[in-house]
Amino acid sequence: MGVAPILDRLKILADAAKYDASCASSGTAKRNSTKGGIGSTEGMGICHAYAPDGRCISLLKILLTNHCIFDCHYCINRKSSNVQRARFTPQEVADLTISFYRRNYIEGLFLSSGIIKSSDHTMEMIVEAARILREEYDFRGYIHLKTIPEADPEIIHRAGFYADRVSINVELPTDAGLTRLAPDKNARQIEGALGKTSSDIIEAKDAKKRFKHAPRFAPAGQSTQMIIGADAASDADIVGRASRLYDSFGLRRVYYSAFSPIPDASAVLPLKRPPLIREHRLYQSDWLMRFYDYRPQEIMQATEADGNLPLDIDPKLAWALKFRERFPVDVNRASREDLRRVPGLGVKAVHRILASRRHRTLRLDDVARLTVSLTKVRPFICTVDWRPTMLTDRADLRKLLAPKQEQLELFAA
Amino acid sequence: MTALQHVKSHAHYTVQLPRSDDFAFWRESARALIQCDIPPDKVAWVEPGGSGDLFASGGMRLPEPPADAPPVRASKRYLSLAANAALHRDPARFALLYRLLWRLQANPRLMEDKADPDVRRVEELDKNVRRDSHKMHAFVRFRQVEEADGAEHYVAWFEPEHHILRANAGFFQRRFASMRWSILTPQGTLHWDRETMREGPPAQKADAPQGDPVEDLWRTYYASIFNPARLKVGAMLSEMPRKYWKNLPEAELIPELIAGAQKRESEMVAAGERDDGVRPESLAAIGEAIQACRKCPIGCLENRAVMGEGPSDATLMIVGEQPGDHEDQERRPFVGPAGQLLDVHLERAGIDRDAAYVTNAVKHFKFTMRGKRRLHQSPTAKEIDTCRWWIEGERELVRPKLVLAMGASAARGMLGKTVSISKVRGEPIPLDDGSELWVTAHPSYLLRLDGEAREKQAALFDADLAAVRERLAELAGQ
Repeated sequence: MGVAPILDRLKILADAAKYDASCASSGTAKRNSTKGGIGSTEGMGICHAYAPDGRCISLLKILLTNHCIFDCHYCINRKSSNVQRARFTPQEVADLTISFYRRNYIEGLFLSSGIIKSSDHTMEMIVEAARILREEYDFRGYIHLKTIPEADPEIIHRAGFYADRVSINVELPTDAGLTRLAPDKNARQIEGALGKTSSDIIEAKDAKKRFKHAPRFAPAGQSTQMIIGADAASDADIVGRASRLYDSFGLRRVYYSAFSPIPDASAVLPLKRPPLIREHRLYQSDWLMRFYDYRPQEIMQATEADGNLPLDIDPKLAWALKFRERFPVDVNRASREDLRRVPGLGVKAVHRILASRRHRTLRLDDVARLTVSLTKVRPFICTVDWRPTMLTDRADLRKLLAPKQEQLELFAA
Repeated sequence: MTALQHVKSHAHYTVQLPRSDDFAFWRESARALIQCDIPPDKVAWVEPGGSGDLFASGGMRLPEPPADAPPVRASKRYLSLAANAALHRDPARFALLYRLLWRLQANPRLMEDKADPDVRRVEELDKNVRRDSHKMHAFVRFRQVEEADGAEHYVAWFEPEHHILRANAGFFQRRFASMRWSILTPQGTLHWDRETMREGPPAQKADAPQGDPVEDLWRTYYASIFNPARLKVGAMLSEMPRKYWKNLPEAELIPELIAGAQKRESEMVAAGERDDGVRPESLAAIGEAIQACRKCPIGCLENRAVMGEGPSDATLMIVGEQPGDHEDQERRPFVGPAGQLLDVHLERAGIDRDAAYVTNAVKHFKFTMRGKRRLHQSPTAKEIDTCRWWIEGERELVRPKLVLAMGASAARGMLGKTVSISKVRGEPIPLDDGSELWVTAHPSYLLRLDGEAREKQAALFDADLAAVRERLAELAGQ
């Protein structure tokens, strides 16, 4: 059997990787090529292109192979799917990465794989591609490796020495969902692998403090991904799971991937448009927890009776509408924490308000200059010349603030 | 007043900048002007190619600062913002920076007042320049050309919005130190030969190479990584505005990808859709309906469906893989060589075949033609899963207490997932309806073995059947 040209295989193996949500290439160790090799990382990742789906292309995101001995229902590459199969050698992946990198198309590589032969064999191949890049090309750009929880921890451990970031997918928000939709996967094994990598990262950081030449281990940390909308888990379940994952494993990010219809889908899955707005609301709530000090319980307070976040308004506004007694907030006196609770005020705007009010007493038009949109903020604040009389008591406040037209999913932000 | 007394109050000064991005020169001039106490409305800043202030008297020389002039104060925040904002293409930027510097002398903490319009504006300029620099890091696309000496040279054409070229030389040098590269822009050019950076005059797009074979790979990647079910054109446009498209080789694909997205998505949904309708309510009706089943490719072959047979209230259900050549011809399960072997073993174990309901996980014979012979082919997992619809119907009607699945395909038909026979044989697996599943090898597996291996496997098979026989007796006694 002949091997298809690289162009044809790239088509298949990039297509198979398009359901992966992560694209981050930031927050790793600073490196450059002034003393040899090729590539650099300067803390901030760079999105080199954007696909029409609005997602950025920062890394060459591909699968080593889309052959798989596992049979997870939500996965296009599952054994029982009739998709066309292809594979790259580790050398081909490394060569492709380098030739894209030299032309400044990408920041580096995000390599994942279907499981061939065995989990160990597959993990070895993934590590080998990274080894070629680092050792033979002396590549200093970004590498993200998807590790396979079922593989020998020793091989996974090696991945951390080549990669900037490693990720292990928890796949589904609940164990029951995982058992039903990923019969070959095991929740305990996945958490075990997350835990092992988490302690490896801590250990390596500790060693780095003592010994200057201690090798770096996954300096951009680890992340995980779960699929949204393939099982019955509610947003409250998902937020709860995510916050436990952040706490237990020191994750950099939990990515949410709205389940999208896949060609040749399994019959047990919903065949409809991916719940993109829902995914967006979950990312917003993730943001509130990471940057606005919301506790997971508070996000859950913002959910509706069915445990899901409202789709028509963002979770911060939903929370504010439920706790109207906390508003209006006086922009000239309120604490940073209270200002951050105001719908429409971002971290930067709050910083600007705090800095400016040392110099002047803020009026409404000052606030207008410091924020993106005054309309959203106005009902929740007071200034020397503005007080939203009774507005927070209005029953139709939600309707006033929700986007005017019904938002089509197609054009959702 | 410490400023020079001879400076007339109505005098205007023009500062001619040598280059549009020469912040160091501006800084020196501004420092001197402040020390001479010359207010912002008396100074015009003119960059190359700019016309400057109509009222400025171009010839007037800048005054010398007095020796005892106080030092000029500027906060760190101001300096870092100003250095970057000076690269903006807004002709008014230098005047703005000077006005702010002037005001900073009286109010050193002015930069903290984010609501001040001048502070706000300079922060805006800084933001625009940082964004443009970031887009340059992102959207420069090198094309490889071979030099006369055989060396590789990477050349890019880029059109920045602001005067950011020189300021970003370091980024590309640090990243591509071991490559020979050039970046050509309408404002100037940068050339790195792996040791030194050289600046050159403005270039034109035609000076840059027109293509690179790797771009085909890149475009293929770009088109394939796009998920049409997630189309969000607005999000893409806000990060990759159209003005950058003309120099991005992948951008030419965008209109086509957007136009085809909806169709591709509905195809994806349709391809996975299956309308199973209502399952027939008797074994006879299922037997009839499977004749017309074309849900998977096997049903479309030249074959006939084979229905299970046996008492409709059997305690034991025996499930094989699929009909073979003989079964297809006789339209009865397990009548070929494997069936005959099964009969021998069942008899040895003391299981009455006639009391059992015997059927297959897949209802049609899957084969390939080899000359005139139809050669057995194993069904795929997908085909088995599709056919579960039928065997589940048979199980619902017969309601056996024990199901014996023979071979991996039969086990998958029962469980919906693939299990290893050696790991699960000899133990009951509880099923959702309260019955239990026992798994063993398929008799055709024994047929393919010889000598010692066959004896060993036959013994295992017998042991499994004996265990089933024992369990059936227990179940009967309950």
